[in-house]
Amino acid sequence: MAGKTLYDKLWDAHMVKQREDGSALIYIDRQLLHEVTSPQAFEGLRIAGRTPWRIDANLATPDHNVPTTERSSGVEGIVDPVSRIQVKTLDDNCDEFGITEFKMLDERQGIVHVVGPEQGATLPGMTVVCGDSHTSTHGAFGALAHGIGTSEVEHVLATQCLIQKKMKNMLVKVNGQVGEGISGKDIVLAVIGKIGTAGGTGYAVEFGGQAIQDLSMDGRMTVCNMAIEAGARVGMIAVDSTTIDYVKGRTYAPKGADWDSAVQAWSDLHSDDDAVFDKIVELEAVDIKPQVTWGTSPEMVVAIDEFVPNPDDHDDVVVKEGIGRALEYMGLQADAAITSIKLDRVFIGSCTNSRIEDLRVAAKVVKGRKVADSLIQALVVPGSGLIKKQAEQEGLDVVFTEAGLEWREPGCSMCLAMNADKLGQGEHCASTSNRNFEGRQGFGGRTHLVSPAMAAAAAIAGHFVDVRDYLS
Amino acid sequence: MRKFTQVTGIVAPMDRANVDTDMIIPKQFLKSIKRTGFGKNLFDELRYLDEGQPDQSCEGRPLNNDFMLNQARYAGSTVLLARQNFGCGSSREHAPWALEDYGFRCVIAPSFADIFYNNCFKNGILPVTLDEAVIDQLFVELFANEGYEITIDLEQQTIKAPNGEAISFEVDAFRKHCLINGLDDIGVTLEDADAIKSFEAKSRTLSPWLFDAIG
Ligand code: SF4
Repeated sequence: MAGKTLYDKLWDAHMVKQREDGSALIYIDRQLLHEVTSPQAFEGLRIAGRTPWRIDANLATPDHNVPTTERSSGVEGIVDPVSRIQVKTLDDNCDEFGITEFKMLDERQGIVHVVGPEQGATLPGMTVVCGDSHTSTHGAFGALAHGIGTSEVEHVLATQCLIQKKMKNMLVKVNGQVGEGISGKDIVLAVIGKIGTAGGTGYAVEFGGQAIQDLSMDGRMTVCNMAIEAGARVGMIAVDSTTIDYVKGRTYAPKGADWDSAVQAWSDLHSDDDAVFDKIVELEAVDIKPQVTWGTSPEMVVAIDEFVPNPDDHDDVVVKEGIGRALEYMGLQADAAITSIKLDRVFIGSCTNSRIEDLRVAAKVVKGRKVADSLIQALVVPGSGLIKKQAEQEGLDVVFTEAGLEWREPGCSMCLAMNADKLGQGEHCASTSNRNFEGRQGFGGRTHLVSPAMAAAAAIAGHFVDVRDYLS
Repeated sequence: MRKFTQVTGIVAPMDRANVDTDMIIPKQFLKSIKRTGFGKNLFDELRYLDEGQPDQSCEGRPLNNDFMLNQARYAGSTVLLARQNFGCGSSREHAPWALEDYGFRCVIAPSFADIFYNNCFKNGILPVTLDEAVIDQLFVELFANEGYEITIDLEQQTIKAPNGEAISFEVDAFRKHCLINGLDDIGVTLEDADAIKSFEAKSRTLSPWLFDAIG
């Protein structure tokens, strides 16, 4: 019999019951909650008179709606009344059901996908869910993690289980070492450019190869975060010493004898050598250059030294029209150099790139330089209060503010513009987030996805530049 | 949940690939803590010329007359015909809530994003996957015939087009069962409470650290 993939192992270890129709009941070890996708789930529980199955398996924090400016007056200080009600509703629900929540004024508050791993609430070998598609982030720990809808949030609250169908296995292998200045973000954008936004649909994707193993946990989380942008609900990376070193000593990580047994158990969290994948995609790391998206889908991506595509170069009508529509929305000319794209704003943050390493590399690029005068705004939004504190201890906040970037409080911020941070109509933004859909960062806003280093360099130049020229 | 057995209705065309959930219901409407009332903001950025705000009446907002939902021939439509990778992006269940609230009961496309596909079944909407060529043909017929109506029979797993043709489709047995009977799947899962408890007991012995309380 062939060996098992990492996904097979995680699946088998959480199988409560295989049903006759091919679906299975899968046990969920951890649920993360935030204010946007949970209110209707709690309401559903109340209406049906149900109680949560295992309250202490849940962890909550508000992130999407919280202001990133001065917030000392807490929830009451949220200006937008609709946002305020949503954050308050999360607070009330967690209080009522006894769920641990890092509220707005708690220094542990932050973006849910940053907070879970930071606290050790995400552990190798777990099943992790959250009512948010970027839950794939947690797969970086050798966990089976994916986003769910609100009905499923309610289902997990009530039963600690999900009804699932097994996905197919895909291996994305990035061979060799990346060059200097190339980050996890460039790797994953290159993968999406290669397989497309639906390339991973129906698959659990495992990322492997030397370039992936070389990444820190911060970089691995960036890669798994964007698995969903390739259509895969699940992105995963095998457990190794990098994973274990990261987890050790975190608040909710096992301690003492439990730690030793856990580490022992986690050593099996990789695909067996003879495991069979339904699909394998390989990339050579040396070929990966800094990536920039030019269009309105993450697959519309090219390298910094390339050009905006021309619809006339394509025969397929759907592709041709897709490019044409994206160019019109983005206000770009076919065949223009990527470096010619001028920027109005820069956003460094989001669950993709708001961890300490992201902030360090961005700070390194802007240190001693000044943001271009033509820019309206450049924001740096740390992923959690603890990252903010760490960055301040390292003096990164001073580097940013001296260069002319704004240093903010933690939250989702301009990633999806549910709070006050947003793009104006027609504005171009170099953003370290994960989605460049129409209107994502504000009505009529134009998003270009890049790495933190590339965003920082673009802030200085006022247009896209190859960050490698800034690092040497 | 509303039952889905047979639906006959006017078909509306969403003739572009990769329609994401931000497009189906833009984020500013996600601030609601309710499940209902999203229909008026379905496809908000395509449907209206101005930027929509939550809690705002949509009467009197400038309409984009080019958008299909604003055309008289698609008024009252209950079936949406779409292109590949429909529902990609954010996991927001507000997307099927908006479709359902507007009146759509069925979405037909060559492919769907996984989370959206799953969310539809939880809300009484049937997503149907058909071959690209069949979809192309349906688009041609739909554009050529005003008042184009089809019947979707979930029991039989067929779609009947006006030309009398019956197209069959696949659907997972459990999901079909829940949809036809309007079942809440939490209730179904709780019937297995004993299996869940014994799994938990076993897992707790094997990996006690998975059960350390968050607190
Ligand atoms: S940072 Fe962006 S992508 Fe991540 S959870 Fe927040 S809104 Fe979603």
